[in-house]
Amino acid sequence: MRNRFVAQRVGFALLTLAALVVVIPILTIVATIFIRGAAAINWEFLTAMPRDGMRAGGIFPAIVGTIVLTLGTALVAIPLGVGGAIYLSEYARDTWLTRSIRLAIINLAGIPSVVYGLFGLGLFVLLMGFGTSIVAGSLTLAIMTLPIIISTAEEALRAVPTEFRTVSASLGGTRWQGIRYIVLPQALPGIITGVILGLLRAAGETAPILFTVAAFYLPRLPRSPLDQTMALPYHLYVVSTQVPGMPSEIQFGTALVLLGLVLSLNIVATTIRSYFRRRRQW
Amino acid sequence: MRQTPRVRWGEFAIESLIRVIGFSTVGFVIIIFLFLLREGLPAFAQIDLDNLFGTRWYPTFDLFGTLPLILGSALITITAIVIALPLGVATAVFIREVAPNWAREILKPMIEVLAGIPSVVLGFFGMTLVAPIVRETFGAPTGLVAFTGALILAYMSLPTIISVAEDALDAVPKLYRDAGLAMGATQWQTIWRVVVPAARSGILTAVMLGMGRAIGETMAVMMVTGNAARMPLGLDALFRPVRTMTATIAAEMGEVAHGSVHYHALFAIGIILFVITFLINLAAASTMFRKRRRGGLR
Repeated sequence: MRNRFVAQRVGFALLTLAALVVVIPILTIVATIFIRGAAAINWEFLTAMPRDGMRAGGIFPAIVGTIVLTLGTALVAIPLGVGGAIYLSEYARDTWLTRSIRLAIINLAGIPSVVYGLFGLGLFVLLMGFGTSIVAGSLTLAIMTLPIIISTAEEALRAVPTEFRTVSASLGGTRWQGIRYIVLPQALPGIITGVILGLLRAAGETAPILFTVAAFYLPRLPRSPLDQTMALPYHLYVVSTQVPGMPSEIQFGTALVLLGLVLSLNIVATTIRSYFRRRRQW
Repeated sequence: MRQTPRVRWGEFAIESLIRVIGFSTVGFVIIIFLFLLREGLPAFAQIDLDNLFGTRWYPTFDLFGTLPLILGSALITITAIVIALPLGVATAVFIREVAPNWAREILKPMIEVLAGIPSVVLGFFGMTLVAPIVRETFGAPTGLVAFTGALILAYMSLPTIISVAEDALDAVPKLYRDAGLAMGATQWQTIWRVVVPAARSGILTAVMLGMGRAIGETMAVMMVTGNAARMPLGLDALFRPVRTMTATIAAEMGEVAHGSVHYHALFAIGIILFVITFLINLAAASTMFRKRRRGGLR
């Protein structure tokens, strides 16, 4: 009789231990990068061009490059992603075609990021002739981001009660009017959350931009969409593996800027989600 | 609202557009695969199969043996899952069944943070801080070895494993738990003998998705595994440098001439990766679809 309760205590202790083993490294990673990176962050680091083979100066072009690439990704991924979600939630019936779309989304989500890089190189850089450019990189990242945006946006659209659509139809609205004026506005916070989550994934990725847009060292801002650009994730890779004698402040500083950008977008996304979940009246 | 011809035309145009967008996702998967084939298949014609599936990858000497790369990927993926599976399932059980509310409120956002950390940042952390620890603990000449990669990969696949396993535990009906407790079992016995076994198909899905995530991971792995393309055989393989398929593509594609044999060989590796992850995700998806169909009975 007693043994069972001893076993329970041991079991629960092991589960708690597992949770600690998961959490402590996460805290360590974030804390280390914040503490050691903070020492490197100053106005010059954020706003100056890199100098001396990237061993001094700032990371301004990498920051701008990542922002530009993320906006370019948004430009392509938002209409395609939200459109796809509207189709799946509002129009698609349960046919083999719909099932193959769902399967395609699951598989797009599973394709390794470096394979997206290969695909972007083959199609956008070489065949379509964009060269290594912001256009090619953004298109590659956009396709990679699609499954995240589609599945979160679809979930948000499905959460809108059917009655809303019925009422709209009973007032004489067409199906699209119902979607445009009733369903989409109600699902908007959820869709925005999904879009941000997708875009922050794109902002942090390195492998898809390796051969499609990223410049090793380009101490100026991009001049046109067909220009190459530096980007934060690739810059972190370069300063931590490709350049000998790199001061560790620059490495940790770059890591902190990238991590800070991604985590703050993450917080924005989850805050929007929980704020509107609490406020909604259905 | 009166349905003027303009409204009807607009409606038709918009609906067609949305349909086209919906189908485009299937198009993307097909285009991606066709592109890999287009650029990768020539490798199978240009390189002898003996060479292509041989044990030596030295592109400068026209040796394109992918076996060490495939085994390298397999070694660190399997090791990562061996580490991540018990940790992830235990954490999911903790979150769902045992943890007090305050602990859950801390754990869940922490795991979301882990999911959000870019892989290059984890790779950087692994290089600068985990590798020295591995080197000193295991007395390896360098810390950039397969084990370090597996460790980083394990943490990268944890968020996937934990969230899918949580869903699986969530889907176990409360009746099962009540029945277990009513039989006089302790909470632990109910969890261990009833709830976890009832969730095992979902846990299997979690493992597959975690594996898919791990095998396709590129940057972190490239930065911490030492990148030596040698056969990872022998007992100490875990503590020697290895090279994965993904890292090979990422490291070499930037330097090859487009259209060369080496270029096609790297795309051929891309085909192998695509097919492996496609099959893993297909398997994971089929268990999920099956679960949905059974849903009504629960």
